[in-house]
Amino acid sequence: MTSKTYYDPADLKKFGKISEWSEELGDKFFEYYGKVFEEGALSEREKSLIALAVAHTEMCPYCIDAYSKDGLERGITKEEMMEAVHVGAAIKSGATLVHGVMMMNKVNKLEM
Amino acid sequence: MLKEKKQQSLHKRNSELAIANKQLEKLSNGIFANGELPTFFEKIKETNQFPLRPNKLEILQINLGYMCNQVCEHCHVDAGPDRKEIMTRKTMLQCLEVIKNTGAHTLDLTGGAPEMNPNFRWFVEEASKAGIKDFIVRSNLTIIRANKKYYDLPQFFKKHNVHVVSSMPHWTRGKTDKQRGKGVFDLSIKALQELNAVGYGMPDSALRLDLVYNPSGAFLPGNQASMEKDFKKALLEDFGIQFHNLFAITNLPISRFLDYLIASENYEDYMYSLVEAYNPAAVKNVMCRNTISISWDGFLYDCDFNQMLELKVASKIQHVSEYNEAVLNDRNIIISQHCYGCTAGAGSSCQGVVA
Repeated sequence: MTSKTYYDPADLKKFGKISEWSEELGDKFFEYYGKVFEEGALSEREKSLIALAVAHTEMCPYCIDAYSKDGLERGITKEEMMEAVHVGAAIKSGATLVHGVMMMNKVNKLEM
Repeated sequence: MLKEKKQQSLHKRNSELAIANKQLEKLSNGIFANGELPTFFEKIKETNQFPLRPNKLEILQINLGYMCNQVCEHCHVDAGPDRKEIMTRKTMLQCLEVIKNTGAHTLDLTGGAPEMNPNFRWFVEEASKAGIKDFIVRSNLTIIRANKKYYDLPQFFKKHNVHVVSSMPHWTRGKTDKQRGKGVFDLSIKALQELNAVGYGMPDSALRLDLVYNPSGAFLPGNQASMEKDFKKALLEDFGIQFHNLFAITNLPISRFLDYLIASENYEDYMYSLVEAYNPAAVKNVMCRNTISISWDGFLYDCDFNQMLELKVASKIQHVSEYNEAVLNDRNIIISQHCYGCTAGAGSSCQGVVA
């Protein structure tokens, strides 16, 4: 363990090794993961953009690395990618702000 | 001339990577020498596919020269206006003898911009008399609008029933111009509309118009069928353009694309992506197994990429002047790490995916 940071870009390539310590669960996860991203009611392209947006809201550097590249491979434009990230950002900030209603409720209840 | 960031070929810039041996050294050292990644030889040996041997010859690909009106950033030929290597009429006559007698069903003319060879039209007229089934010209599209003398190329192609295959990296201006040079997108759109106007690419037309998609960066092409659907929708909606098929071709790590990979510090990650995407099924149909590539000076190669790496066929017949198909077909195909580009994912060839 020589890395001075928690995240190492090289670790993304090792994701598959997760199965080594628990083969059954690892295999089930990757089978599920692969199935989720197959063309269905949503296209693979649409799923890639959803994944990119979620990658940002989860602030997962591995996922951002993977789905930025995946988007390019699918011919998704920079504008489409940035719009998807804004959707994620809007939901994330909206989720924060909507909790303001809780704050208002609490204050209203407590104040005379 | 079309403007681009790097307006000169690697040759003109005296870049080290203009030398084929330097490219081969780069592809054999580092991550392939220290055992981090398996060499292509080791990889195909795992699946008992070494040595690679030709199947029946189907495609004769002739490179009419490295001169081009564009200086695309990813070009594996290192083509450009400053390249003067073009096929002479003498070599063309030798090629015509081969075309008349070959068992191949497809003739594929490429470059540079093959149309810039002053003997191009004469050669096409003579070659078309041989009655070969599929006669391809790889046109960069902008050449059709580059100069008045090329304006009638769509009619010329139609007259000789040429199958036009053209590069188009994306349906948006930004991505296209970034890879192929400023202004390329608008000229390409105009050229495609002119090809459509004479009947090329229309749904029921026998005049074939196919597009080639190369990724504009250090990533692999996505699913060919999905990309084709997206290209068709966007080009039709935005410009009223129609075409038949889209070929998704992986950029091979040689020449200017290799230069780009190294300069952008993407080389190792790109090689990892290629090796990870290795598909043994693609090896079965890789294009060097059914193709012979002839260079502007008449030498013979397993493919256009080996031509650029100056890896002549491993046969006692190495020049078109002594061409013998039976002798040539009895050879081992020369491989190096660049071959991973043709075996990644669904595979890649001048005709698109292979697996």
